[in-house]
Formats: sequence, C-alpha cells, structure tokens
Amino acid sequence: MSKREKSQSLLDPAILKPALLGSLTKLDPRELVKNPVMFTVEMVALAATVLTVRDVVTGVAGSGFQIQIVVWLWITVLFATFAEAVAEGRGKAQADTLRRMRSETMAKVLLGVGDTFEPRRAHTLKVGEKVLVEAGDLVPGDGEIIEGVATIDESAITGESAPVIREAGGDRSAVTGGTRVLSDRIKVRITAEEGSSFLDRMIALVEGAARQKTPNELALSVLLAGLTLIFVLAVVTIPSFATYAGGAVSVVVLIALFVALIPTTIGALLSAIGIAGMNRLVRFNVLATSGRAVEAAGDVDTLLLDKTGTITLGNRHATRFIPVTGVTEDEVAQVAQLASLADETPEGRSIVVLAKEKYGLRGVDVAELHARFVPFTAQTRMSGVDHEGAVIRKGAIESVIEHARSLGITPPVDEVTRIATTVAKEGGTPLGVSRNGRILGVVYLKDIVKGGIRERFAELRAMGIRTVMITGDNPQTAAAIAAEAGVDDFLAQATPEAKLHLIREEQAKGKLVAMCGDGTNDAPALAQADVGVAMQTGTNAAREAGNMVDLDSDPTKLIEIVAIGKQLLMTRGALTTFSIANDVAKYFAIIPAMFIAFYPQLGVLNVMGLATPQSAILSAIIFNALIIVALIPLALRGVQYRPSGAAALLRRNLLVYGIGGLVVPFVGIKLIDVVVAAAGLA
Amino acid sequence: MLRHFRASVVMLLLMTVLLGIAYPLAMVGVAGAAFPGQAGGSLVEKDGKVVGSTLIGQSFTGEGYFHGRPSATTDTDPADSAKTVAAPYNAANSAGSNLGPTSKALIDRVKEDADRLGKGVPVDLVTTSGSGLDPHVSPAAAAWQIARVARARGLREIEVQALVNQYTEGRMYGLLGEPRINVLQLNLALDGLAKR
Amino acid sequence: MTLNGWAQIALFCGLVLLLTRPLGGYLDNVMAGRRTLLSPVLRPVERGFYRLAGIDPSEEQSWWVYARAMVVFHIVGFAFLYFLLRLQDLLPLNPQGMSAVAPDLAGNTAVSFLTNTNWQSYGGETTMSYLSQMAGLSVQNFLSAATGIALAVALVRGFARAESKGIGNFWADMVRVTLYVLLPFCLLLTVFYVWQGVPQNLSSYVEATTVEGAKQTIAQGPVASQLAIKMLGTNGGGFFNANSAHPYENPTALSNLVQMLSIFAIGAALTNLFGRAVGDERQGWAILAAMSVLFLAGVVVCYWAEAGGNPLIGALGVDNAAGNMEGKEVRFGAPLSALFAVITTAASCGAVNAMLDSFMPLGGMVPLINMLLGEIIIGGVGAGLYGMLLFAVLAIFLAGLMVGRTPEYVGKKIEAREVKFTMLAILCVPLAVLGFTALASVVPAGLAGPANAGPHGFSEILYAYTSAAANNGSAFGGLTANTVFYNGTLAVAMMVGRFAIIIPMLAVAGALAAKRKAAASAGTFPTHGPLFVGLLVGAVLIVGGLTFLPALALGPIVEHFALLAGTLF
Repeated sequence: MSKREKSQSLLDPAILKPALLGSLTKLDPRELVKNPVMFTVEMVALAATVLTVRDVVTGVAGSGFQIQIVVWLWITVLFATFAEAVAEGRGKAQADTLRRMRSETMAKVLLGVGDTFEPRRAHTLKVGEKVLVEAGDLVPGDGEIIEGVATIDESAITGESAPVIREAGGDRSAVTGGTRVLSDRIKVRITAEEGSSFLDRMIALVEGAARQKTPNELALSVLLAGLTLIFVLAVVTIPSFATYAGGAVSVVVLIALFVALIPTTIGALLSAIGIAGMNRLVRFNVLATSGRAVEAAGDVDTLLLDKTGTITLGNRHATRFIPVTGVTEDEVAQVAQLASLADETPEGRSIVVLAKEKYGLRGVDVAELHARFVPFTAQTRMSGVDHEGAVIRKGAIESVIEHARSLGITPPVDEVTRIATTVAKEGGTPLGVSRNGRILGVVYLKDIVKGGIRERFAELRAMGIRTVMITGDNPQTAAAIAAEAGVDDFLAQATPEAKLHLIREEQAKGKLVAMCGDGTNDAPALAQADVGVAMQTGTNAAREAGNMVDLDSDPTKLIEIVAIGKQLLMTRGALTTFSIANDVAKYFAIIPAMFIAFYPQLGVLNVMGLATPQSAILSAIIFNALIIVALIPLALRGVQYRPSGAAALLRRNLLVYGIGGLVVPFVGIKLIDVVVAAAGLA
Repeated sequence: MLRHFRASVVMLLLMTVLLGIAYPLAMVGVAGAAFPGQAGGSLVEKDGKVVGSTLIGQSFTGEGYFHGRPSATTDTDPADSAKTVAAPYNAANSAGSNLGPTSKALIDRVKEDADRLGKGVPVDLVTTSGSGLDPHVSPAAAAWQIARVARARGLREIEVQALVNQYTEGRMYGLLGEPRINVLQLNLALDGLAKR
Repeated sequence: MTLNGWAQIALFCGLVLLLTRPLGGYLDNVMAGRRTLLSPVLRPVERGFYRLAGIDPSEEQSWWVYARAMVVFHIVGFAFLYFLLRLQDLLPLNPQGMSAVAPDLAGNTAVSFLTNTNWQSYGGETTMSYLSQMAGLSVQNFLSAATGIALAVALVRGFARAESKGIGNFWADMVRVTLYVLLPFCLLLTVFYVWQGVPQNLSSYVEATTVEGAKQTIAQGPVASQLAIKMLGTNGGGFFNANSAHPYENPTALSNLVQMLSIFAIGAALTNLFGRAVGDERQGWAILAAMSVLFLAGVVVCYWAEAGGNPLIGALGVDNAAGNMEGKEVRFGAPLSALFAVITTAASCGAVNAMLDSFMPLGGMVPLINMLLGEIIIGGVGAGLYGMLLFAVLAIFLAGLMVGRTPEYVGKKIEAREVKFTMLAILCVPLAVLGFTALASVVPAGLAGPANAGPHGFSEILYAYTSAAANNGSAFGGLTANTVFYNGTLAVAMMVGRFAIIIPMLAVAGALAAKRKAAASAGTFPTHGPLFVGLLVGAVLIVGGLTFLPALALGPIVEHFALLAGTLF
C-alpha cells in the first residue's frame, strides 16, 4: 500500500498484553456462540475434558495422550480468541487516543437573543440547539456553522496539523465535535446528538464495538456452519462403522478428528480479518459507516472521479489571453484582470498573476475600485464586477454569449466559438471575457493532469473497473483531458442531476458504482452510489449521504478504498480455501491411525510415515492449532494484492492457498510428528 | 392446494393413459408387425417345439455339448417357499451370484471348477454371468472344450474347430463388444452335424 | 486394458459430445415453449391436457408454488402407484398371476419410482404384472424424469432471469418435456431395441424344452417400451431382475451403446441448455468439462480395476486375461461393463449390465464415489445439472472471494440465502447415507442384510443407502433388501435424497431469479475456463468426497488391501 498508511507493528507489546487477557474473556460461551465453528470446538473440548478427567480418576491407561489432546483442543480455541483480541486491540489503541481528546467539553448554548448564552455540558446538547464557539474553545458537537468564519484545528480527528477554514454557507460549513477553534468565533447549529456524533461513531468503529457481521461474512459463516455439520455426520457415524468391523474408536480420538476436519483455521480468523480490514481503512484515514460498505468497495465496477483534484492538479492556470479580431491582447488582459480581482478561486488568482507577469498590469487595490462584485453562481455561470458603469463579466463561453444577447448585442459567435473550440481541443478551458456585453476575447485556462494517474487507470482497467471522469468542462475539453489521463469515459458539463442519472444508468446495467463528493448537491448522488465517499471538508449533508468519509479529503483515495475492499474479500477467500484444503492431509494422518488397530491393512494409507497412531493424531491436532497462530499476521495484514484481472488473481491465489493448503499440512504434520516422537510425547 | 390437486389427478390419469397404456400397446403392435421374431423373444424351434431362445442361455451338462458359463440363478425351494435352491439358467428369475471379490464362497467355488477343468481355463468358464442367462462364451472358452466335445461325439477336433470358427461372432462392426460364441446355436449346429 | 476397450470408451465420449449441442438446442426450444418440428402434431395434445387439467401454462409460478405443485403431483402419483401394485392380482394384464405386492415393498417401490431412483427390492419377472410394469412403473419413469428436467430448467431460469418473481410453470414444464422430448425419442428407441432383440409382447412366459430335455421357463413382456424410458429417463429400474445384464434387456453391444448414450444424452444436453439460457454456451461447456473430468477419472480407475482381474482367481490357475468376469456378460466383457457401471452411477440411472457387487473393490468403489458425490457427473436427467450447479455455487463461494469480489456466478451474486439453501441441499446426502448406514451396521435387522462377510458386507450396506439417497437405484445386489427394515429406511433415504435437495434448490432458484444481474468485467471470476473447471472438480471432491473417506476406508479401501494380502472373508 502507500506511504500514507500509518505503520503499526503486529507484535506491539502494548497490544499483545491486553490481547492475551482478552483472549481469555472471549472464551465465555455466550460470547463465542457468535462464531459457530469455534463455539463447537469449545463445546467438544469441554466434553473431551470431562471424559479425560473421568479416565484419569478411574485410572484408565493411556490418559497421558488424552490429556495432551485436550490441552491442544483448548489451545486451538484460545488461539482463535487471541486472534480476534489482537485485531481488536489494534483498533482500541486508536480509540483511546480519540477518547482522551474528548474531554468534558462545555458548550455555550445561545439563548436566542444576541450573543447571550448559558454554559452547559456538551453531552446535554439537543439537535437544533445553537451554540457559540470562540477562539480556543472545543467545538461541543457536530454541527453546521450558521454564522461567522473561523480557522479550526482538526488534527485530533484527521491527524492533519494545518488548520482549516470553515465558514457559514456553502460547502465548508460543517464542524466536527472535538475539534478546536483557533481564531474568530462562529455560531453552530448542532446536528448530531451525543452518542451519535461523528467522533462517537469513529470510536465505536475502530473499537469494533458496533461490529456486525457483513453480508458476505454472514454467508461465509453459514457455509462454515454447514461444513461443520457435515463433518459432525462424518465423525459421529464412525463408531457404528467401527463396530461393524469389530473394532472401536475412542471418543477423544473422534473429537480430535472432528476438530481437525472442521474449518477451524478460517473459523478462528474470520472476525479478525474483518476487524483488520476496517482498521486498514481507518489507518488510511477513511471511516466507513459499515463493514458492508468496505465489501461493496471490492465489488465496484465503475468509479466516478471528479476531474479536479483527482485526475488533474486541483488548479487550472491561465496561460494565455486570446483576443477576438479588433481587440488587443492587453485589452483582454486588463478586463480579465478586473473581472478576477475579487475572484479568490485559484483560477481567478492565476488570471491576475498572468496579467501581472506577462502583460505588466499592476494589481489594483480592490477597495479603491468602488466596484460591485458579482459572484459566480451555478445559474449564470459567470462572475465579474460592475465598475464605473461598465458591466465586466467572465465565464463559460455559452454564458458570455447569452449575456451579450441579453444586453441586445450580437456577439461574434463564430469567431469566439472557433477560439474556444481550439482551446478546448487542446484540453484547456476557455473562459469568455466581456465588457458591457461585448466579447473581447478568451482566457486559456490549462488543466494539468497528475503524474502517474494514467498508470493507475490502466491498473484499474486490468482489475475490470471502468473509470468515468466527471467534469463541468465542455465536451471537447473533457475529451482532451480524458484522453490525456487515460480514463475510460467522461461526463462533461456535469450537473448533480446528470451525475445521479449516470449512476442510476450504470446500476441498471448491473454495475456497482463508487464516487466521491463534498458538496450538498452531491448528496443525492452519494446516497445513490453503492460506495459514496464524502470528504471530511464537505458539508454535513454530504457526510450523511455517503457511506464513507475520507478524513484527508483526498478523492484519489477511492482507488485505495477499492483495493482495501478487494484485499479483505481475498483474505477471507484465501484462508477459507486453505482451511478446507488442509483436510486432505489431516485425513491421511488420522484415518489410518484410527482404524489400524482392527484393520492393519490400512497402515498403507499412512503416507507420511508418522511414528505411531497416537503421534499421528496428536501431530494433526497440534498442526491444526499452530496454523491459526501462524496465519494471524496474514489475517491482519491481508493477502498480497496486486491489481490484475480476476483470472490472474484466481490462478495465483488458487496456487498459493489451494495447492499450498493441500501440501503444507503434509509437511507440517510430518515435522511435528518427528518432534513429538523425539520428545516421547506419544 | 386444491387447484394443484385437481391438476395432479387429471394430469396423472391423462399421462397414464398415454404413456402407460397407449404407448406400450402401440409398440407391441408395431414391434410385432416389424420384427415379429425379436418381439416374440427370439425363440428357437426344433421339430416344431420351442427349445429356447437364441438370446437366453441354457444349461448344458452332457460331455458332447459345449457348456455355457456357470449360472447363479435360483428358484424357490419346492419344499419351502421361503427358501431358494440353485437352479442354473432359470430364465424366469435372472440373477448374478453377487459374491464380492474377497468372498470365500466365490473363491471356493472357482477353485472347485478350476481344479475340475484344469490349469489355464479361461476365466469366463469359472465365473457366473451377471444375468445367469449369458448365452455366450468366449472363443477361448469354446476352444478349451473342443477336445472334450470331439471325443464325446467321436468327431475329429478339426471338424468341431471349424464349426466353432463358423459360430464365432466378432465384435460388432469390428469395434463394439467382445468376440463370442452363442452356445445354444453352436450346440444345435453340432447336433445337426451329427445327424448328417 | 485393451486398445479396443479404449476405442469404445472414446467412441462413446465422442458421440455424447456430438449430441450435446443439437439436443441442448432442441430442449431449450421446447422448454421455452417455442415452435418445434413436432408442434403441429403435439401442440393440440398439449393444449388438450392443459384444458382438461385446468392449467394456464403461461402462469408464472414463484418457487414456492412451483414446489407445491410438484409435491402434490408426487403425493397423488404415490397413492396411485401404491394401490396399483397392491391390487395388481385383481387387475388385467397379469398372465403369470402375480400376487399383490406386499405393503412395505409396494411403498418402497412407489417411492423409488417417483423419486427417479428405481431401487428395486424385488425381481421384476417374479413380482410385477405387465399392467404394473406399464401403467405403473413405466409411467413414473416418464414423469419422474420429466420432473427432474423441469426442476433443472427452473433453476436455470433462476440464473437466467433478472428481477423476476417466477421460475416457470411446473405443469407446462412437465408436460412439454414428456410430450416433446421423452415420448418421441422413446418411440424410436423402442423400435430400435426390438430390432436388436428386446421382446415387446404381452404373452405369458414361454415354456421351452431345452436341447438336453429340461424345462426352461423364459420370462416375456413389454420389455422394449419400458427399456426405452428406463434409460432415457435415467430411471434404471429393470424389467427383469438382472436389469441390462439380461440378454433380453440388452441383447447386443449396439443396444448397449445406445443405452449408454440414452443415459447421458439429456443430462449432457441440459448443460448446453444452461449455457444458452445464461447467454454464453461456454458456461455450459465448462460445467460439462468438469463433469467429464470426474467421469473419465472414474472410467480409468474402474476399467483398470476390472480389466486386471481378480488375483485370487488368477492364483487358482485360471486364465485371467479377460479380466474380472464374475457377474459380467461375455458380450460386454470388462471394458463395456466398467464403462456402463461408471455411466449408470455418474448419471443417476442405476441400470446395470454387470453385477456391481462382484466388481473388484476399487472397481466397485468408483460407482459408490460417483453416487456419494451427489450424482453430479451428468447426473440424473435434470438432477445432475441442478446438483452440479449447486456445487458450482459452493465452489464459487469458497474460492471466488479470492478474486476480491463478492462471489458471483453467471451474473448472480452468491449471498447468505443462496449459501444457506445450497448447504442444506448438500447436507442431505451425507445425512441419509451416513445416518442410515450407521444404523444398519449395528441393528440386527440391518446386519441381516449383507450376503458377503467382512468389509464387502459393509460396502453392501453403504452402497444401498448411497444408491437410495443419490436416487440412483443400482445395488450391490447381495444385500437382502426386501425386508421391512430396509424397505422402510431406504424409502426414507430416497425421499430425503430427492425432496431435501429439490426444495432448497428451488428456493435458490427463486432467490436467484429475484436478483438483478451483475455485469461481467475483467474483475469478474471467469467461470468458463479450465481454471474454473479445476476448481469445481476440486470442490466436488473435497466437499462431496472427503466426508465419506472414513466410510470408504472401512469398505472398499480396506477390502482392496485385504485382497492384495490374500485375505478372504
């Protein structure tokens, strides 16, 4: 994975110690019953213990072997609970950090008249109440700024130390409980109650407290329970068969065979895999509202990616001013500069910079101008100034033309369109500039595609994922950038409705769609998408609508999220396959050992050449326990994942975990047998 | 549920009439017209009396006849209807021996026959067939008996050999099944040969 | 093993492959209710049937209604057959004066023929009147086969349809298969079999005076018409006790070849129908390929075991060149007997042309394993396809996660509900087989059954319940099964083996049909290549096979090693 992941040692003593304790408390059958396979092991271990105690008390010969079997049965259960405790422990460490930060916060609840407030404990806040937060205060709960602007330190949640600006209105109005206001004062309307706030959800998630089985986990549990039942049948019928043959098999040996056969490896590691997958996301600074979302991420067929910030570097830069016939470049530069003076967007600033650097136009002090600024709106798709009777506008070409017509001027549509098309075809964005409706020329805004993004998309394509670039640009620009970046498709001049429509269309074709967004108008699309990743900097509406929140607000992460989802499913599949393939060797160890007393001919099946029947059974059960511990790191880390097509992945994983699962236990059991025999244990 | 019940009853009656009555009866008619011999059981008559069927093996014990394979068929014991007695080539109750390969009864039986028939006897002459009515023996099994038959009938071995060759059927289309000799037909031919 | 033996095996396989696609297309047309060559003749008959039975063939049934219709039809069919057998002494077409069939045997037989098992605790020529054979057993041969095909098509619809409530109409499916597929083919096959020598008459048994002057009673009957459907419908219930080893029931190597082809033809064609239905014939070929791998492995082992002969007999100075001939017919020899045994147990036919009880331990283990795996190698008509598809669901779920996506098969996501019902269906064969075998190997009534001592006796019991639960019907014939204990327990095993699979299977069909279809991409688990075939075979062997290893170890496996050591029982 990438450098962004915070490293966490697998064998951190701070995690191991509580995990050892946790593995004991998890033995509580009421707890363990959620894991049918391990619960079954615990029950039969209990039965074996009772039988062995009885045998020891009555002095039955050979109980030393029985005692060893019983011990290893318990160790098997313990290893399983230990695996889960370790996985949880890693999350707990994170949760504790979060909790420490959430000290008892006092809220300044506004009484509705001016700035008067009464101080109250934060946890008493109700949704809809308004609070005042001043410099130095902790934000008492999740909410929306209704008045003011402030710099806020969100490092407690995001780990990012640079403060962020939050202001009323627009897409940056959300604040999170537990963050600290550094400067200025804001009024906040509380949107989440204590216990359901973002921070609470985060703590619950990383601790695994709110963990529910995901659909896929549920299906796998059913399968494992079914296999366990099948092996119950296979084992409980053996005594009758043996009786027919004139022999007998001891109950403890049958229990050993049973535990060796049922899928204990995956049964023991299943929940650890799920918790670890969630933690991997958290360490990527992404919070998922449910495990279901993480699984869905693995299934994604179509990725909708915003062009800006994901595919191209966030900011477009003005690189040229192109005048229409009869207008000089300088004139265009001057008007463009005027139109952009109050435009704080990177594009706006880059126009001012270009005018200054290339055309030597001095910056004008905005305050001196006495101009009225006209901000950009989604309806007009233009911004500008009204200055000394002149109406100066810059904006999308169509809008500027429309604007001209509305003022009764016939614009040079052909020429402007020609220039705009040229710009667009080169992948740039044309911006029309007009004064009093007369179109003077075009600003060439250039998009810069991120380095290495093309290769990422090629990887995604190999994984079978289609990428669609979403952009507000016109189709020509979009096509040029799409070609440069190597996306499969694009949606130009995208409106929220168009996005929503695209998602529905893809879903109707049976595809799973992932997207990210931050604005309130993204909320419907985020909710519709199968995986909706909201940016932490986004609005509350967006954060509620998505099923994941990216604390770094980095839209490229969608790609990593998909990889984590796939890795989670792959790890589960790999260990399931491994676990079941192991049974072949275990049969070859135990069956001859079990029946050799009355059918010596079956000694031929002892292909591993195990020393004695007892050492064979013991070795199988020891292997069965040790393999759980041996695989804990794999369960927590996840299987190695390289982006490639399903066929290649399957071939590789089948080879490693399928064939490996067949071969490894033959070797392992033999080695253990050598040790057991040498130590004289059986 | 009632709707399904009505549909079930009507459907079953219709199907029974079509598949259980009309179909087999029509086939009896068609078969009898097209292949009367086969439809009637491929019976063999000699002097106007049915002596058997070419498809059904029958018991031969005389030295002058080629013997078929051992047969494991049984019949009800005339003394006690709950019991059965050995009745080789009982064509009203086809059956195999159903003895497993490690069965002492099987090996004892084969040993007895093998000892009687001599070393190197072809396996089909000491093993029972699946139906107990196998009409055939292998060419090797026929060859094994030529000397005995020729001796008993006072024929030259070469004459009997020629007859065996004549009655040896190869694989169908040179591919299907195994080479074989129909014992009943061979023996009938032998009797014919003797008459001449 | 001979070159000729292998050539015959290759010929058989080649012919099956040749038949698969055209027959698959025909079946697809019939089941979709499209016009076919026979429509001008049969459409009026079909319509008449619907009208009289009060059925609207275009009514889509949910899985639950479909299952209910099927169950009610079986209950009515059971009652009819049971009373027909009980009353056969009073009914016509009984030239030999067969007495009424005993209650336990009648019950066992009715269940047996309804479930397409055709386990026979009786000998046909000593028990059944011609009317019972024709109007009772033959009719159920048709209907149980038609039901199997209908059910398989219902499951296929589950995969093929998207966001649909219905999985077809049971009555329409059943009637169409019977009229357009089974009956026309049977007409042709009957004439063919008669040509080859199979009797088709209603005469009483022939009294012959043999060449040596003894009396020989030769059983007769309408054999060919019943034989045709017995093979085509993978029923396997013989007209005669010796089944297709009887020279009347299988007179020549050519009739033998056609019988073998009949067993596999529809089952193989259904894989093609599946491929067509899901819009990618390769999916069907992949399923058939997995079946073929398992089939060929079985053929190799079985042929090898039988061709080698019994070393204990060889040791007596017998020329063993022809192989193990105990229980085999000369006209078939070791290769065709082994091939037939593998075919009949791979599909749930159960007809035999040699006595399996006398097979070598490993030769007899192959049929046993074929059935223990759940009859999914071609399988019973329909049953094989739905059994294999359930295994495909399982295999996909087991290993499909390894591609990093929620497992999906031909566009359908496999989730908890499907896994649950699939496991339920897969669980019932071990339940019935191991449960009843364990019971029978300790209670006196069970221990009275086996004719052979030692491990082979255990194999006989194991084989009986395996055959019943797998709805196969073949037997290690030494077992005395016509007792109240065996008739009863085997009947239960047959019902578990049929309905405990069908009903969960239909639930899976219903759940799948309701799902939307996921689009395939490079990230989708490819289910038409050799990798999937290998995976499916592995899953079948490990999940289906390992369960039974202890039982097999105490039966055929130990018998094999005992044989090598010269031990007799």
